[in-house]
Amino acid sequence: MSRSDVLVSADWVQDHLDDPKVVVVEVDEDTSAYDKNHIRNAVRIDWKKDLQDPVRRDFVDQAGFEALLSAKGIANDDTVVLYGGNNNWFASYAFWYFKLYGHGDVKLLDGGRKKWELDSRELVDGAKVPERAATEYKAQAQDTSIRAFRDDVVAAIGNKNLVDVRSPDEFSGRLLAPAHLPQEQSQRPGHVPTAKNIPWSKNANDDGTFKSDDELRALYEAENVDLAQDTIAYCRIGERSALTWFVLHQLLGQTNVKNYDGSWTEYGSLVGVPIELGSN
Amino acid sequence: MCGAKAGGPELAGVDVANETIIQGSVTRDGEPVNGYVRLLDASGEFTAEVPTSATGQFRFFAAPGSWTLRALVPGATVDRAVVAQQGQFTEVAITV
Repeated sequence: MSRSDVLVSADWVQDHLDDPKVVVVEVDEDTSAYDKNHIRNAVRIDWKKDLQDPVRRDFVDQAGFEALLSAKGIANDDTVVLYGGNNNWFASYAFWYFKLYGHGDVKLLDGGRKKWELDSRELVDGAKVPERAATEYKAQAQDTSIRAFRDDVVAAIGNKNLVDVRSPDEFSGRLLAPAHLPQEQSQRPGHVPTAKNIPWSKNANDDGTFKSDDELRALYEAENVDLAQDTIAYCRIGERSALTWFVLHQLLGQTNVKNYDGSWTEYGSLVGVPIELGSN
Repeated sequence: MCGAKAGGPELAGVDVANETIIQGSVTRDGEPVNGYVRLLDASGEFTAEVPTSATGQFRFFAAPGSWTLRALVPGATVDRAVVAQQGQFTEVAITV
């Protein structure tokens, strides 16, 4: 696995917009962004409606993922290129789903929607939705080697790398949610003891593109994260930590890295688990 | 879309008393600019980022204290320092 297998430039995407075996998929936190405009021939996956179980707090299951990709006209042998706003937070989250369900060739557009917009590249009207014939997509069973659950996190305290990728103010307990959202009060503020606060944003340049492998490795080494050890990344709901998972597992090739999708909205609501307040 | 609207987005439905709101607009020659606004904390660390609305507006729910707003638009980056207080909304007009 190397950077070029999982990350493509805006120029590369521009050159493949009419390639029938390359499916560009927009996944945005603001699920209506696609309706305003999007990259030509891109389809949309709605992270709320399409990727979550409608009742329980859990993912769409294997059969649901198969039905979703079939309806979107995505085949098992298609190259899927994901992009979105917020520096690819939710595109990274969807990337992690595609890996969780075993899709062969999936990539991120480096810099996502922001880089595309700052380059003043073409976006088409939201009503222009490509027609793709339905497929019979077959997903694999969930690869839980890249997914952490709450008991894994409690067991990792003091034993494994825990990387809290939220902003310093969320880590210390000063904020409960990213600052573009109203501040929820349902959980206790703070972080998992022994977690290191390495905000996801340190992985990216201002334009949303990822830093170089050397810069990324230096970042984690400077924070005393032993990359030879197992690592669990978490944030508030698992989308920003999917970006850090992408960096550690896909770009830097670390083998045992899990994303804890329950993240702080689950951990901060658990009865009796240890919580720490304050900065690193 | 018509021209820029002065100030930040409408506050209807927002719990202003309990939030610490930083909001405003990004304009160039009086016209709204499509781009992004980042919120950086007192140490300069990234805290949040939003795209501007069609009328150039943005809003953050922050905490009391000193912050920096950084507007990223095609061809320009502009920083503005702000101090926010709970129960008040801080209006910032950014021209690029």
